[in-house]
Amino acid sequence: MINIKIDNKEIKVAPGTTVLDAAKSVGIKIPTLCYLHLHDFDITNKPAGCRICVVEVKGRRNLAPACATDCFEGMEVNTHNIRVLNSRKTVLELILSDHPTDCLICPKSGSCELQTLAQDMGIRQIEYQGEQSHYKEDTSPAIIRDVDKCIMCRRCEMMCNDVQTVGVLSAVNRGFMSVVAPAFEMNLDHSTCTYCGQCVAVCPTGALTEVDHTNQVIRALADPSKTVIVQTAPAVRVALGEEFGMDAGSIVTGKMVTALRQLGFDYVFDTDFAADLTILEEGTELLDRITRHLKGDKTVKLPILTSCCPGWVNFFEHQFPEMNDIPSTARSPQQMFGAIAKTYFAEKLGIKRENLVVVSIMPCLAKKYECQRDEFETNGNPDVDFAVSTRELAHLIKQANIDFNILPDEDFDRPMGESTGAAVIFGTTGGVIEAAARTAYEIFTGKNLEKVDFKQLRGMEWIRHAEVDFDGTPIRIGIAHGLGNARKLLQDIKDGKSDFHAIEIMACPGGCIGGGGQPLHHGDTSILMSRQKALYTEDTHKTLRKSHENPYIQQLYADFLGKPMSEKAHHLLHTHYFDKSKPAEISE
Amino acid sequence: MTQFKMHLLVCGGTGCRASESETLFLSLKKEVSEKGLESEVQVITTGCFGFCEKGPIVKVMPDNTFYTQVKPEDAIEIIAEHVIKGRKVNRLLYVNPETEQHVSDSKHMGFYRKQLRIALRNCGFIDPENIEEYISRDGYAALAKCLTEMTPAQVIEEMKKSGLRGRGGGGFPTGLKWEITSKSQADQKYVVCNADEGDPGAFMDRSILEGDPHSVIEAMAICGYCIGATKGVVYIRAEYPLAVERLKIAMKQASEFGLLGKNIFGTDFEFEIDIRYGAGAFVCGEETALIHSMEGLRGEPTIKPPFPSVSGYLEKPTNVNNVETFANVPVIINKGAAWFASIGSEKSKGTKVFALAGKINNVGLIEVPMGTTLRDIIFEIGGGIKDGKKFKAVQTGGPSGGCLTEKHLDIAIDFDSLTAAGSMMGSGGMIVMDEDDCMVSIAKFYLDFTVEESCGKCAPCRIGNKRLNEMLEKICEGKGTMKDLDLLRNLSYVIKDTSLCGLGQTSPNPVLSTMENFYPEYLAHIVDHKCPSGQCKALLQYVIEAENCVGCTACARNCPVNAISGERKGIHVIDQATCIKCGACLEKCKFNAVFIK
Amino acid sequence: MTKITSLADLKNIKASVEAKMSLRERSETPDSMVQIRVAMATCGIASGAKIVMDYLINELDKRSIPAIVTQTGCMGYCYAEPTIEVTRPGQQPLVFGYVDSKKADQIIEKYIKNGELLDGIIPVNYENIEGK
Repeated sequence: MINIKIDNKEIKVAPGTTVLDAAKSVGIKIPTLCYLHLHDFDITNKPAGCRICVVEVKGRRNLAPACATDCFEGMEVNTHNIRVLNSRKTVLELILSDHPTDCLICPKSGSCELQTLAQDMGIRQIEYQGEQSHYKEDTSPAIIRDVDKCIMCRRCEMMCNDVQTVGVLSAVNRGFMSVVAPAFEMNLDHSTCTYCGQCVAVCPTGALTEVDHTNQVIRALADPSKTVIVQTAPAVRVALGEEFGMDAGSIVTGKMVTALRQLGFDYVFDTDFAADLTILEEGTELLDRITRHLKGDKTVKLPILTSCCPGWVNFFEHQFPEMNDIPSTARSPQQMFGAIAKTYFAEKLGIKRENLVVVSIMPCLAKKYECQRDEFETNGNPDVDFAVSTRELAHLIKQANIDFNILPDEDFDRPMGESTGAAVIFGTTGGVIEAAARTAYEIFTGKNLEKVDFKQLRGMEWIRHAEVDFDGTPIRIGIAHGLGNARKLLQDIKDGKSDFHAIEIMACPGGCIGGGGQPLHHGDTSILMSRQKALYTEDTHKTLRKSHENPYIQQLYADFLGKPMSEKAHHLLHTHYFDKSKPAEISE
Repeated sequence: MTQFKMHLLVCGGTGCRASESETLFLSLKKEVSEKGLESEVQVITTGCFGFCEKGPIVKVMPDNTFYTQVKPEDAIEIIAEHVIKGRKVNRLLYVNPETEQHVSDSKHMGFYRKQLRIALRNCGFIDPENIEEYISRDGYAALAKCLTEMTPAQVIEEMKKSGLRGRGGGGFPTGLKWEITSKSQADQKYVVCNADEGDPGAFMDRSILEGDPHSVIEAMAICGYCIGATKGVVYIRAEYPLAVERLKIAMKQASEFGLLGKNIFGTDFEFEIDIRYGAGAFVCGEETALIHSMEGLRGEPTIKPPFPSVSGYLEKPTNVNNVETFANVPVIINKGAAWFASIGSEKSKGTKVFALAGKINNVGLIEVPMGTTLRDIIFEIGGGIKDGKKFKAVQTGGPSGGCLTEKHLDIAIDFDSLTAAGSMMGSGGMIVMDEDDCMVSIAKFYLDFTVEESCGKCAPCRIGNKRLNEMLEKICEGKGTMKDLDLLRNLSYVIKDTSLCGLGQTSPNPVLSTMENFYPEYLAHIVDHKCPSGQCKALLQYVIEAENCVGCTACARNCPVNAISGERKGIHVIDQATCIKCGACLEKCKFNAVFIK
Repeated sequence: MTKITSLADLKNIKASVEAKMSLRERSETPDSMVQIRVAMATCGIASGAKIVMDYLINELDKRSIPAIVTQTGCMGYCYAEPTIEVTRPGQQPLVFGYVDSKKADQIIEKYIKNGELLDGIIPVNYENIEGK
């Protein structure tokens, strides 16, 4: 331990501790801006570029950035003398002088870290005025880049490159015109962007936001000729409460359903229903491949990879197109829901698919892109019309004058609102494969699974390996979240070093609970841990916990689909993948 | 072996090549062969002589005749008169600007008299493309000595004793840097030569690589031996094609002679050198930015620690030194640390190369012992101010240095004295200004450069320098306020205090030093709306003196914007609102009626 | 290309180019060695100055006497050509007339080596502007 003095407080810290952390340990909260530390994932962004966290270190010529300066024996630090305060304020004014001041109409207003900092620092005027840097705005199917608002914190760059290894965003230009952008400042939709939205999740300002579809939803709800139905993804119900001041991990399923009904949706359904359906399709495909493999069929490709995460699908289509035949062909729950809704359910209601509007509430921005893919439409009519994020749903609720916190709990509509505990845990890393294991076990062994909790598949480690005992047959399972980790497992497969039977992949750290459309965590990863815990709690509270036990799914097969992997199921519930490795044309 | 009676050394530096020195070289060769003198007269291309103001240079040995501004067609006369008849070609000799006499011998030129050439010892003396000439000047003897007679620790000790400090700008003790890198544990280490010379007007590194590339190769190998590295990388600007070419030739020759590669001098020491090209970003002179650029990443600095000596290129311990620093190393080993330490000032040993530029007679590259005064450099070596104008200031240390004035002329310059005076050594740029220079405009000129060259990573440098520049612009246009001066000063200190790397930490120096030394000029711009040197266009007024105007209409006819009115033979008047201050009227008036107010 | 594998190899290369480089090396420090100027105007060349110059360069080198041999224009002693001017370090220059190879040999052995005067010295009656 080394002895240091911060603002005259003598403390002992471990070698390697930064001034920022040392100060925090004694209740001194040095302001930061570019710094981001995702504790539970061991992800740190500290380019030391914003210079907001500067402190005075005795004996040092210039001020030191607290986030990137290690403590040393005998160090004396002052975090708020006049030199430090003046510098910090001047630097903040400089940043503000090159930033639009349209806060009132900025999508990030209220959750903008730059705005909060200016408030905390008591900035009332900007002494240093001058030219502002301007860039073209870039709108893609899922993400909007309003680059004038970029403050070069480089968080998005770090997520895109170090964590996701997608490599689309990086700093371009020099000096005053420096900005984070795709190469050649091309538009995102010409790049290899996966729309995972992790850049949006960490952007401190309004430079990166989602494409807002709330107005289209409001218009559809107001159209008397349309029947509007909604599906809600599992991870939404454990995060939405945060937007209304509730603790992280609050389960607000009932309130959410009530709110959606009040908003005017004709039927409030659950993506969890489609998740159960996914398990039957994907689980059957998995079992089929494994069984053939165990029988010695050399043509079988293993491992099988999950395919419910659209960011992940985009990733392998761009980066590993030669392995397009390895992932499961099962569509994601969002798209299975849409396909069933616009056929089975529309038939039930006796309306044309054109008059049925399917809205999905998603923790995810890639879902916005996914529902716009050409292969998921019939005669120009998409299976899912609009995907809105958890954050957008909160805005819809607020606009409709609904006091969310005092709403009573209500239940989903039937048939597509019934679900099992297996579907709920789709929202976290490890959940899809656990749900699949519960069903696959029973089908494979023909025995009843007593203990449904596969604890070995749970956790937050980036890459996890586990073995599930299918009554004497060991099934080897791999799990990765974060696309950088997915890349490692893919590379192993490519190099012939992988001996997994099945691999679950989620693009976002933590899975959907950490999706790009979720309430902003502002670097506090304990929020994600709470959401994860809440999902497992929701699972245990369910009477039914195995997808194949869902009576409405059983009925769907009996009435409409036949059996899993049937021709009809194949047509509606499965898809194929494209080689997107060719560089797109660079637009002007 | 032919015994040549005479050597004609033709400067092959970039500056002289730009004025056709290659053609001149070929003409001389042709003349020599036509006159059948091949066995007596040798014509050689060398590196830069430093006296670039008067290039192309031809030096005749052994009589030290120094010809300046030689054109290809002068070859005939040089051969016919000087070589054959022994009569010097007077019209090509250097003329002393003070005595107006021809100086036949470089030993008697003020430009060379006070110089002491260590780093430039071989520049302008040997053929840089001939390794044997380098060897004849004790080349590679230092490497041989280190490898066969000394342990790495002994070499490092010698370097420490010599007192050599980094010539790239930082002034960090070289021996200490080597020692730290030698103590880092790793399976691979790297020696990096920083040849990313970016200061405007500075070209010492280019000249060394063009004129004496082997000295750098030898020094890098010595450094590799000391720190335990088998790989060296030269990071060089792609805009230096000649230096790259000479370096490549030298590397090839060194490999052929077994001075690079395995088992150098029969020992088990091996060393290889690679070249990486920089795209001319100023900030890539900063060592962490340089390393990122070498790795193919964006050229921007990262915070230190970790220092490159612990984690540098490819995260391996890396020793980065600049070209001039390396060029000193073989001499120190050959002549001993004590010899080197006897030259220079107390805390800065040896010599320093400066690039003299601006309003000075002898523009060029010079090398002087540390501790030489600015007065000696500007007035003795530099030959004083051009056109007999008055000295106003000298800017040292490149774009982030400060402006020093008359009162600083007798400072014995070294790393510490320049910093104490509010400027810095930097890589050795030295730009002289005369009474016609506006110091506010000068400060703005340097800010233009740093705004352009900031990498954009940290906010104070990215935005702060832009704001400084805008405020200076405002002052130059006569729109500044007294409050701007306070803001300017505060912002300058904050940028220095908070920027991530050396670029931002020093970029406000030109502003601060001109405000310190030329405050009245700032006041004149702000309070009186006048530019005392008449440089700031917005603050000038061209007016016609009624007494002198004869009404010839020359001014009105030449005014491009028809701002001048007046009858023939009547008094003319300039409409200030229309005038664009081009100065055409002043130029055309034969009666001294137009003047600047 | 033979590789250099020892200090001795390096020295051999150095020695092999020494003759060529010595001309340049010596002219860096002219005041510390003997300087000889051979009058090489038409009169001098006609009288054999070129042969004398070659002889001096080769012989001084053979006898390992560091010296600089340069040519100059007519010194005005056309009657006594070939003439050479010899300057020993720190001494006034002396001009010798009617120099041939034999005479040159004597000048090297007696005057240059030992400072002994010998016949044929021409009294200098003007100052050279370059000496100023």
